[in-house]
Amino acid sequence: MNRHQTKAWLYLLPSILFLGLFMVYPLFDVLVYSMEEGYNFASQTYFGVGLYNYSYVLHDPYFLQALKNTFILVIITVPISTGLALLISLGLSSIKFLKDLYQTIYFLPYVTNTLAVGLVFMILFQKTEYTDGLVNLVLSWFGSSPVDFINGPYWAKMFVLCFYTIWVVMPFKILILTGALASVNPDYYKAAKVDGTSAFRTFVRITLPMISPMMFYLIITGFIGAFKAYSDAVALFGTDLNAAGMNTIVGYIYDMLYGNSGGFPSYASAAAILLFAIILTITCMNMMVGKKHIHY
Amino acid sequence: MEIRLQNLTKKFPNRNKKISNDVIAVDHVTFTIPDGKLIGLLGPSGCGKSTTLNMICGLETPTDGTIFFGEQDVTNLAPEHRGVGMVFQNYALYPHLTVRKNILFPLENLKGKNKLSKDEMMRRVNQAAALVQLEELMDRKPAELSGGQQQRVAIARALVKMPHVLLLDEPLSNLDARLRLQTREEIKKIQRSTNITTVFVTHDQEEAMSISDFIVVMKSGVVQQIGKPQEVYDDPANLFVAKFLGTPPINVFSGKIENGMLVIDGASVLPLEAVLKPLNQPDTSKGIDKSKAEQRVVIAIRPEGFVPCNDGPLCCDLQGVEVMGRDISIVAQHAACEAVLRAIITADTKVDSANDTIRFALKPEKVFLFDYETGERIRGLV
Amino acid sequence: MLADSKKQERWAQQKKSILSAVSYTLLTLWAMIVLLPFYWMLLTSVKSYASYNAEHTPTFFTLTPTLQNYEDAFTAVPLTQYLINTLIFTVATTAIMLFVIVFSAYAFARLNFKGKNLVFTLYLSLMMIPSELVIITNFATITGLDLRNTFLGLILPSVTSVFYIYLLKETFEQVPDELYRAARVDGTSDLKYLWKVMIPICRPTLITILILKVIECWNSYVWPRLITDDPAYYLVSNGIQEIRENGFGRENIPAMMAAVVVISIPLIVLFLMFRKKIMAGVSRGGIKG
Repeated sequence: MNRHQTKAWLYLLPSILFLGLFMVYPLFDVLVYSMEEGYNFASQTYFGVGLYNYSYVLHDPYFLQALKNTFILVIITVPISTGLALLISLGLSSIKFLKDLYQTIYFLPYVTNTLAVGLVFMILFQKTEYTDGLVNLVLSWFGSSPVDFINGPYWAKMFVLCFYTIWVVMPFKILILTGALASVNPDYYKAAKVDGTSAFRTFVRITLPMISPMMFYLIITGFIGAFKAYSDAVALFGTDLNAAGMNTIVGYIYDMLYGNSGGFPSYASAAAILLFAIILTITCMNMMVGKKHIHY
Repeated sequence: MEIRLQNLTKKFPNRNKKISNDVIAVDHVTFTIPDGKLIGLLGPSGCGKSTTLNMICGLETPTDGTIFFGEQDVTNLAPEHRGVGMVFQNYALYPHLTVRKNILFPLENLKGKNKLSKDEMMRRVNQAAALVQLEELMDRKPAELSGGQQQRVAIARALVKMPHVLLLDEPLSNLDARLRLQTREEIKKIQRSTNITTVFVTHDQEEAMSISDFIVVMKSGVVQQIGKPQEVYDDPANLFVAKFLGTPPINVFSGKIENGMLVIDGASVLPLEAVLKPLNQPDTSKGIDKSKAEQRVVIAIRPEGFVPCNDGPLCCDLQGVEVMGRDISIVAQHAACEAVLRAIITADTKVDSANDTIRFALKPEKVFLFDYETGERIRGLV
Repeated sequence: MLADSKKQERWAQQKKSILSAVSYTLLTLWAMIVLLPFYWMLLTSVKSYASYNAEHTPTFFTLTPTLQNYEDAFTAVPLTQYLINTLIFTVATTAIMLFVIVFSAYAFARLNFKGKNLVFTLYLSLMMIPSELVIITNFATITGLDLRNTFLGLILPSVTSVFYIYLLKETFEQVPDELYRAARVDGTSDLKYLWKVMIPICRPTLITILILKVIECWNSYVWPRLITDDPAYYLVSNGIQEIRENGFGRENIPAMMAAVVVISIPLIVLFLMFRKKIMAGVSRGGIKG
């Protein structure tokens, strides 16, 4: 190996070390963990090797609850946030006056601390003995009786979680879609106008196909992101998500690893691999659907 | 400083991994550049001229062969130790540095006993800037300069180290036509005044001819001919060189030798003796056997070698006459000529463009013969 | 015929203004939804504890703003500590990461070595690995190295980012090769070329990466939560969670909001200062989380 080669490897060394230690090694290690039955964190011993951890996790009611919550969250937030973002981006691209201001405002949630703003959402939605909270005030104007969204019924809690999740993911989607809409060649619109194409038809036949790759990208990243939901839930319902019945898969992994119910890295690993498998499957399905419907 | 290249060879591994043999970019190139001269390395793109330049500079290591600067073997010396300055095709100016900092950059790299004081550096920078008349622009960034000005910064940066050798890689190709002409003169002037041995790479034969003391014509990594520009033009070594030099290009006919006459498409155009000199000693490789009854040859005629003349032997279909002020360009066609035929004649010769045909006599010194198979020049009679 | 076309024109005009009105209504509505939490936290943070708790029906403004809550936020809970911790964590992580990725990106972009393509492909494939998959072992590793409740333990796992290496490599590659050769003729070493030429030229991308990383660090929650249980090492996210659960007493919401405002302000100011850069950077590949 000559001097040049050595230098190149030297330049790469820091990242190889860090990636090796904190990305590559854990990747294999997590597989090992997930197969070691009855692993004890303190004594670092285990009884045997097998699939027991997976079976335990799949039969754990907390995991099933987390699985259900996560799927509901994904199914609700991904379509709504993507559709809403498209609507808002279309609105943004049709105006000139105040456009910059709106864009700036819409981006704000991206740069805020999820935990901190989640606390504000909690206050907005929470009903305590002292106050019904702002949201209930608004609801009462429409003649509805107060609901506790934070400690109340399941669907109320799920509603807040979805609402907050959408609020958090919108900036990125609006940004991407506004960019995609702006990059459609205006000649297409001119041509459509000359042909007397209606606005709706122009949207369906020209705009949508032109931005479909970006929509597709957003849907895929949206799915992945929503499956990994965790800190939004913590922000709203506190760290003990199992007690609130609002745990997510990622939350389950962390709880298994650490916290009040923690100390079971094997279960955590099994759950993490299950999560990875779910994400991989969904992404592959998306890709297959996408291949048929996306015009690049 | 004299530069000597001996058997210089560069092979690159083939990009296509299935083919194992290497690409030979430069093939046993040997020539000498005399001290203080400007030589033009000339050839079509991919002929190995830039690779040769990079090896002289030290950016590429030769696969084989040696490079001497004066008496010193510099083949394996790093570029910074060779005392070379280089100007790149796109100038390679650092976009984030001002003109002054750009010119200063090479000096800041000097180490050890070559290290200069701050004052000395500034003095050298100003001197180099003055040489290319950049004094007014020293605090601008490259993006704020015109192409010609950027070019001058690049030259100043190459000269500031006071190199023994100046290397220019297609330095004019990014300038517009008028600026190119002007910059060409400036480079020549700077080279004369500094007396630095200079190598100039270009694919533009006109550029090379006008500026160089010597030109080296290359093709496929092999040197075709070396000489003073006019000598090479007047006495090309092979068909490639003849075709490559001159605008409009030389007119190439397929012809024959019959009974001591040059014959194009059945018409005897010139006696063989007018074109070829008798060789004293038998040298079959360069000469031609007069006694042979019939032989196919390539006949190449420079555009200025045609003389319109009513009883001229070469009859062509006249396509047009272009008046270019001092000269007239006649465009014609001939069955034996592979492309459109162009002849340049002085404007005072009258040509009736309404005619369908035109007849030419030929100036023998503008007619070259080449071997039909190899394209090698046929110089004499045996 | 003429009247018809005039009518059509008027109809088209009307349609246009209706559409525009709908657009602005929708946009304003969403803007309000986005801004409401910010307004509400500011408002609540300047309401006094007594007046806040006296409102059974929330009021939309206050006539007697107070800064008492901010004083409480800094005195009753170690908010300053959290902020300093986060600052240390953010600066150190970002600085080390920039160092690591600049060298790696340079090696991939400019240096030639055997196996470069293979190594780069391996790097890229690591981008697909979700952090949840590796965090378990990392937790064990850091615990095993006895680095829990230390800055080192907080920082080390997040000092490399394959995505940023990739982004920077692409940028480095756009610097013309000729500059590199020119620098070599002048005897510039790789290190000096990187420092004096590449980094200044690629500064815009580096700034984008820096800002994105700062945002990521400032908001990071999961890893710090796993690795610190000593409040002396809490970052702001954990601090907020701690304040919420054990802080001012559960009911001092105005003080909590004051803390939330303090935590949110640095990034919002940063965003307003570098709005264009951040938005361009995020659309080039930032993903929340």
